[in-house]
Amino acid sequence: MSNLITSYIDAIRDKEHVFDFVAPERNPKLDISKGCILYMEDVSVSFDGFKAINDLNLYINEGELRCIIGPNGAGKTTMMDIITGKTRPDFGSVYFGQTIDLLSMSEPEISEAGIGRKFQKPTVFEDQSVFTNLELSMACDKGVFSTLFSRLSAQQLEDIERILELIGLQDQRFLRAGALSHGQKQWLEIGMLLMQKPRLLLVDEPVAGMTHQEMDRTAELLISLEGQHSVVVVEHDMDFVRSIARQVTVLHQGSVLAEGSMDQVQNNPKVKEVYLGE
Amino acid sequence: MTTQQLTAASIAAASNQPRVFDRQSQLFLGVLALITVLVLACNQLFPADSALHIPTYTVTLLGKYLTYALMAVAVDLIWGYLGILSLGHGAFFALGGYAMGMYLMRQIGDRGVYGDPLLPDFMVFLNWNELPWFWLGFDSFWFAMLMVVLIPGILAFVFGWLTFRSRVTGVYLSIITQALTYALMLAFYRNEMGFGGNNGLTDFKDILGFDLQADSTRLSLFGLSALALALGYIACRYIVSSKLGRVSLAIRDAETRTRFIGYKVENVKLWVFTFSAALAGIAGALYVPQVGIINPNEFSPLNSIEIVVWVALGGRATLYGAVIGAIVVNYAKTYFTGVLPEVWLFALGGLFVVTTIFLPKGVAGLMGKRGKQA
Repeated sequence: MSNLITSYIDAIRDKEHVFDFVAPERNPKLDISKGCILYMEDVSVSFDGFKAINDLNLYINEGELRCIIGPNGAGKTTMMDIITGKTRPDFGSVYFGQTIDLLSMSEPEISEAGIGRKFQKPTVFEDQSVFTNLELSMACDKGVFSTLFSRLSAQQLEDIERILELIGLQDQRFLRAGALSHGQKQWLEIGMLLMQKPRLLLVDEPVAGMTHQEMDRTAELLISLEGQHSVVVVEHDMDFVRSIARQVTVLHQGSVLAEGSMDQVQNNPKVKEVYLGE
Repeated sequence: MTTQQLTAASIAAASNQPRVFDRQSQLFLGVLALITVLVLACNQLFPADSALHIPTYTVTLLGKYLTYALMAVAVDLIWGYLGILSLGHGAFFALGGYAMGMYLMRQIGDRGVYGDPLLPDFMVFLNWNELPWFWLGFDSFWFAMLMVVLIPGILAFVFGWLTFRSRVTGVYLSIITQALTYALMLAFYRNEMGFGGNNGLTDFKDILGFDLQADSTRLSLFGLSALALALGYIACRYIVSSKLGRVSLAIRDAETRTRFIGYKVENVKLWVFTFSAALAGIAGALYVPQVGIINPNEFSPLNSIEIVVWVALGGRATLYGAVIGAIVVNYAKTYFTGVLPEVWLFALGGLFVVTTIFLPKGVAGLMGKRGKQA
């Protein structure tokens, strides 16, 4: 009882705390009125004293296709982990649009808010058809009973058809996903992400292990997303980056080393030093 | 036909999604109906000395197989489609059986050996003076029928809520289910529990006023078992051909990925598991009046493992395969335990090994292969 009273007194004495209805909404709607969809400011994180991310500042514009490159250990994957809520930074702030504070949200909440992530290794539902894979990934009510009684609407069918066309798997729609080639699985997984209608897409090394033709196809796919979705691609393969990049960000030792077009970045003396050891 | 129906049909065609009554289901339900009618007709139409006559004893035996088949369908739903290997599903079957047994006990009334109007014989024997609270209400048939579904359902819900939420999966879950049924067996063996101890519940007289020994009652119970199997099959088929069924397969094959897409995996597991347990309870309730006894042996872990063998043998993730497995194995069991009792367990083990090596998809897989070649 006395605990309860003291907690009330503490609440009253807390000057920062205003009435609940005045406080900002916890998960407000995405606000991109300034044209910027992702803000990372002064972000630092260290693992056992090793600074994986060091004062990182990164801004991604609405509808932009951004490539992030950097040597091993530059902090590319850690950066993705921070955006998706897998890793919490020690300092800094990460905002989705003007208002959504990603650091206060859990992984599923962030995914719900509209940030999709594709991992390096493709995981699709191998035993089910390409079509079903996309159907299951669709953004909709995912409760048990609404799933049991759900019927595909004409609109949803159209969405699936559109994505099938986009990822170039129309002819394989009823094929078992397990029977697809490695590249096709990667595209299917990108398609599954797109079914969730994300505003921001994080793609981790999409062309690892692909043939040249598959790489070209993937480049086309990612370029076609530009404008409708903001896409952040982390990639090692320089040829691939050159084929898709408008804006390139070079990470080094956890912070941004250079930013600009591919040519600018390649001619940057600091980048040359890091990459070529000159 | 309105435009809306037309679009619904064209959507179904364009999405190539499974129907509840697909060809196999039509075939299965047709064969089940045919056999049921044939068995009843052979029993009724031919005189007892005719070669085509099926004695009532055999009809009841077949009725028992049908309840086993329903049980197998319930296990296939969670194992074949959702990947939960429950080695304790016999517990839900036995609980449903006990609920039915309690109703049948109360129906005996003062016709028991001790002639007590209220207390079943075993309670008089234990010098109990009044009915324990949990026996109240079981004189009503509908209350008892409600309990047949609710008791296994609630136990499964609580059990599932605790285990699925803590993300217990795979072998660990199997072991816990095994422990669950073992614990229940030990508890029901105790006289103090008030369920008749190791003798269980027996000496049933009648159900809803119909004499359990009468041929007409036995034939009706057989018919009801066939109906329950058909309805249970259709219900499971509805689930597995819905989007929930596809989510279940996704959970079976890549649980983390499914969670990542946004499905609450533990809720899907919880509800399907609970439904399956309730179905097992219904099977148990139909089993008890046909065999005339329910005792704690039904909780034995071995029983639950046997159910899994039926499903594996018949073919996982087909539903009708589970039915075939249950009937074939139990027919073999009845035959072998009659002719060569000591061979039975070896035969069962051998059957299991042979199926796993040569027929990984069970008997149903064999038929599917044949169908494709033809």
